[in-house]
Amino acid sequence: MRADASRLGLRTVALGYLALLLVAPVGLVFYRTFEHGLAPAWNSVTTPEAQHAFWLTIVMVAIAVPANTLFGIGFALLLERTRIRGKAILNALVDLPFAISPVVVGLALILVWGRDGWFGGLHWQVIFSTPGMVLATIFVSLPFVVREVAPVLREIGTDQEEAATTLGASPWQTFWRVTLPAIRWGVAYGVILTTARALGEFGAVSVVSGKLAGETQTLTLHVEDRFQAFDLTGAYAAAVVLALLALSVILSMTLLDRRRKDA
Amino acid sequence: MAIEVHGVSKRFGDFVALDDVSLTVPDGSLTALLGPSGGGKSTLLRVIAGLEVADSGDVRIGGESMGDVPARKRGVGLVFQHYAAFKHMTVRDNVGFGLRIRRRPKPEVTARVDELLALVHLHGLADRYPSQLSGGQRQRMALARALAVEPRVLLLDEPFGALDARVRAELREWLRRLHEEVHVTTIFVTHDQEEAMEVAEQIAVINEGRLEQVGRPSDLYESPANPFVMGFVGPVNRIGESWVRPHDVELLLDRREGTTEALVDRVVRLGFEVRVTLTLADGTALSAQLTRAEVEELELEPGQIVHVRPHRSTVFSPA
Repeated sequence: MRADASRLGLRTVALGYLALLLVAPVGLVFYRTFEHGLAPAWNSVTTPEAQHAFWLTIVMVAIAVPANTLFGIGFALLLERTRIRGKAILNALVDLPFAISPVVVGLALILVWGRDGWFGGLHWQVIFSTPGMVLATIFVSLPFVVREVAPVLREIGTDQEEAATTLGASPWQTFWRVTLPAIRWGVAYGVILTTARALGEFGAVSVVSGKLAGETQTLTLHVEDRFQAFDLTGAYAAAVVLALLALSVILSMTLLDRRRKDA
Repeated sequence: MAIEVHGVSKRFGDFVALDDVSLTVPDGSLTALLGPSGGGKSTLLRVIAGLEVADSGDVRIGGESMGDVPARKRGVGLVFQHYAAFKHMTVRDNVGFGLRIRRRPKPEVTARVDELLALVHLHGLADRYPSQLSGGQRQRMALARALAVEPRVLLLDEPFGALDARVRAELREWLRRLHEEVHVTTIFVTHDQEEAMEVAEQIAVINEGRLEQVGRPSDLYESPANPFVMGFVGPVNRIGESWVRPHDVELLLDRREGTTEALVDRVVRLGFEVRVTLTLADGTALSAQLTRAEVEELELEPGQIVHVRPHRSTVFSPA
């Protein structure tokens, strides 16, 4: 009886917390967007600025995710499969993007790449343009693949790789045929988390973007821009697009999880 | 092919894993590396396989120095204690891995894999995944995988260590028969002296990184080189300076030449064999192994005083 009551209590608290802090705000955004029907929402997400913001966000993800996937797998291999000095320091360094506020990341990028920075003399513009925003996105989403892949590498151990070696496989063959298939779920998880982070990044990108509508606005910046211009329908509609992108990422993660359990 | 190990040493930091080990494994033989855990047996195996680089010394396979030959070109088949199965591949793909790496034509790979699966009695399970096999089946798959590339030597690292006692006994017997069929030079690592005695033609005892003795199982048992080997290959008693096997302890009811008085502590009947534990006058514990008939004739009971003498004992000269 008491166990039932406490379980019910726990459930109520957990669900209440989720409803209040998560479901209600997101639900309200959806409600406000479609309050006056589909047409206004559709019109505001198809303005040239909104479309540009959408594609710019896709570009950010399309560059940052593959870059961090390659780096992440390589770095995880470095941490788990080599005997190098200073692993503890490298390990801590990877977590830096988690620890540093995105605004600080943005400012740091300006210090390095801005007109008066280290590489300020370069011909093409980095800050207040797409390359700087890509750099910011890569920076903030860097740790996910490493953090997902490194523990998997440790868990599978080196037996399979050594067996492949004695069977005549080169390091490259061993990686493609044995190591990569063994860590594929870790990589997939890392990719999904990286994608989610890259989609939603605001702070660091905001600092280095210059926020030029139709030029250096990603979806998150576009939402802010519309909001401050009192175009609430535009802001909500763009927010819904972002939410849908994020939802599809989470959905694919859930599906992957189910497949992993079956495998 | 014969394997020759010359003066191999290997350290891990301050820990000496191998200390100037030299060993010859004759072509086509089945040799056991026997010794306690952490004694260096697995390290020696990994040095031979090329997975570990020795600090000094040389390994030759078929007369050819392996110094500059990487692991993947040594032509060794290695079987691990925990199988090292490729979990994402079927049994068929696991066994055919080495052949696919060598880009052999598909029909040849299929034929060879079928042949090997028959050899290790796994023919019906070709399309299963390792997770769907028992431990014994996984280990046989790993063995087939190692044999597929026709290795010059076969190295087994505690191959039956992770299996339960019954499967282990079965696989030992099976490994012996397999070796008679395939006849590839084989080294296997074990810490179980019974396993080594039962399977191997030659045993090398390794302890604390040093090779203690090499010989046929009966040589090791009958004429051990030192107290460590004597104690490791079978139970032993120490009386003063001499070492006596329990089956070499003679029990008598009356005092005779060379006998010592002893008190019977326990009589444990294990079917045909009976183990008797005794205490000598000076407090030394002694165990004796007798047949049931002998014990019945002596009418042994705990608390009884008997007279013991070794009919065979070994004294090691101080090293």
